Amino acid sequence: MNLHLLSLLGGRLLVALLTLLIVSFVVFCATQILPGDVAEILLGQAATPEAVAGLRTAMHLNDPAILRFFRWLGGMLTGDLGISYANNRPIAELIAGRLGNSLQLAAATALFSVPIALALGITSAMLRGSLYDRSVTMATITVISVPEFMIATSGVLIFAVWLKWLPALSFARDVHSFGEMLRIYAMPVFTLSFVISAQMIRMSRAAVVETLNTPYVEMAQLKGASRTRVVLRHALPNALGPIVNAVALSLSYLLGGVIIVETIFNYPGIAKLMVDAVATRDLPLIQSCAMIFCAVYLLLITTADIIAILSNPKLR
Amino acid sequence: MATDATTTSPSPRRAGYRFNLTGLVSLVIVLAWAAIAILAPYITPHGVSDIVDTDYFGPMSQSFPLGTDYLGRDMLSRILFGARYTVGISLAATLIACTIGVTLGMAAAVTGGWFDTALSRFIDALSSIPSKLFALVAVAGVGSSIPVLMLILGIIYTPGSYRFARALAVNVNTTDFVTVARIRGERLSYLIGAEILPNIIGPVLADVGLRFVFIVLLLSGLSFLGLGVQPPEADWGSLVRENIGGLPFGAPAVMAPSFAIASLTIAVNLLIDNLPQKIRDRSE
Repeated sequence: MNLHLLSLLGGRLLVALLTLLIVSFVVFCATQILPGDVAEILLGQAATPEAVAGLRTAMHLNDPAILRFFRWLGGMLTGDLGISYANNRPIAELIAGRLGNSLQLAAATALFSVPIALALGITSAMLRGSLYDRSVTMATITVISVPEFMIATSGVLIFAVWLKWLPALSFARDVHSFGEMLRIYAMPVFTLSFVISAQMIRMSRAAVVETLNTPYVEMAQLKGASRTRVVLRHALPNALGPIVNAVALSLSYLLGGVIIVETIFNYPGIAKLMVDAVATRDLPLIQSCAMIFCAVYLLLITTADIIAILSNPKLR
Repeated sequence: MATDATTTSPSPRRAGYRFNLTGLVSLVIVLAWAAIAILAPYITPHGVSDIVDTDYFGPMSQSFPLGTDYLGRDMLSRILFGARYTVGISLAATLIACTIGVTLGMAAAVTGGWFDTALSRFIDALSSIPSKLFALVAVAGVGSSIPVLMLILGIIYTPGSYRFARALAVNVNTTDFVTVARIRGERLSYLIGAEILPNIIGPVLADVGLRFVFIVLLLSGLSFLGLGVQPPEADWGSLVRENIGGLPFGAPAVMAPSFAIASLTIAVNLLIDNLPQKIRDRSE
C-alpha cells in the first residue's frame, strides 16, 4: 500500500515537471509569434541592413526556433537568464533584487489572511444557513466578482483619503521604523488578503460542510455530543486535509492579485518588473518572469495535490 | 447546475419559469447593460471625447451625474460607451473560448484513446499558467488590438471550458443511445452534435455565464494595467486607469467605472445562482 502511495506521489511530481516543460514551450512560442524582428527593434529605424544582419547573427536569431528554445531552456536551468533588451543588464541581477520584495509581500499576506479566512470559513460552516453564514457567503461572492483594482482603490479611498490613516499610492523606499513599515505594507497586504481570503473562506467552508454531512458526524450528534464538540473533535480533524489543500490553492490566487497590487501601489516587486517589461516589450525579461511565476504556481498546485493525496486515509 | 444566463432570456411570466426576486433583479441589470452596449451612441448625454467641463475631476452634478474625468469629459457618457468594449470584447472572447473548448471537449470524450490523452495533458499544462500571466505574455508577444484581445482572452479560457465539457461528455458517452449511434456507424460530428451536446447544454450554458465573468474581470485587469484596450478607445478598466490620478481627491471618475464592472459581474453571478427551478432541473 505504501509503495502505491509513493508511486502516486512520484507520478504527480513527474506530471508537474512535464507541465513545466510544456509551459516553457508555450511561453517561448507566445513571445516569438510576432514576425517583428528583434534586431530591428533594438537598433531602431536608423540602422543599416548590415548592422541588423550582424546583430541577428550575434543573437543567434537565424537559427531555427526549436534550437533557440532549447538554448534558452538550457540557459534557464544553468541560471543564465540572458540580458534585458531595455537596459542591457543581466536579467538574473534585475530579478534577484525584486523577488525578495515580492516574497515578503506574499508572506505577510499569507500570515495575515490564513488565520482570519479559516476562522471565518469554519465558523460559517458551523452556523450554516444562519444570517452570519449568509452574509459571509454574500461578501465572498462580491469580492470574487469584482476586479482586484476595485478593492485596492476602495481601500485607498477609505483608509488614505477619507480616514487619512495610511499613505496613498506611493511606496517609500527608505523605511526608518517598524511603524512606518507597517503603514506602507498595510494597503498592499490588505488588498491581497481580501482577494485570497474570499477563495479560502469558500473552499474551507465547503470542506467543513462536506465533513459535517458524513455519517460519523451524524452518529456523534445522535450520541448527544455538543455542537462545538462535534465540530472540533469529529469533523475538523477529518476536514484538515481538504482545508490545507484549500489554503495551498488559495495562495495560488496571490499570483494574479500581486500583478495588480504591485502596479497600483508602485511596489518594487517582480510582478511590477514584469508589467513594465511588457510595456517596453522586453521579451527575455518577460520570459524569465513568466517562468518564475509559473514555477511558483505549479509548486503551490502540486503541493495542494500532494496534501490531498496524503490526507486521504484510503490511500494510506 | 443552472443554465441560459446570458444568451437567451426566458420569459419570467410562464408557469414554472418564475424568477425569484434576486434572479429577476440581476436579469434586469444584465439586460440593461446589454441594451446600453448596443444603444450607446444614441443615449450618451455628451460626446464621448468632447471636453465639456472647464474643470477636471469634477464632482457629481446636475449636468454631469458621475462627474468629469481627467480632461473634463463627461464620465457618464464615457461609461455608457465603455460598456460596448467591455461587454462586446468579453462576449466575443466567451464565444471563442466556449465554442473551441466545448467542441474539443466533446470530441475528446467521444474519440478517447491517445487523442484524448494527449489533448487533455496539453490542456492541463495550459491551464497551469495563471490567466493574468498568460495574458501578459500574450500581449507582449502579439500586441493588444481589439481582435487580438478577443482571441487571447478566448484562448486563455478555452482550457477551463474544455475540461468542464469533457467531464460532462464522458458521462453521456457511456449511455446506451451513444453506443447504439456509434454501432450504427455515425460520424464524429453527428455524435457530438446530435447525441452529446443536447444532453449537456444546460450546465454548459451556465459555464458560459461564469466564463463571461472571468473574462470581464481579466479584460478589465489588463486594461487597468494599460495593456488591454488602448486609447483613444476605453473600456471600463481603461477608464479606471486614466482617472487613477483623481483618487487622492476622491473623484467619482475613479470609482464609477469599477462600480459598473461590479454591477455586471455580480449580476451575472447571481443570475446563474438564482435561475428558475425549471431551467435548473432540465440541466441536471
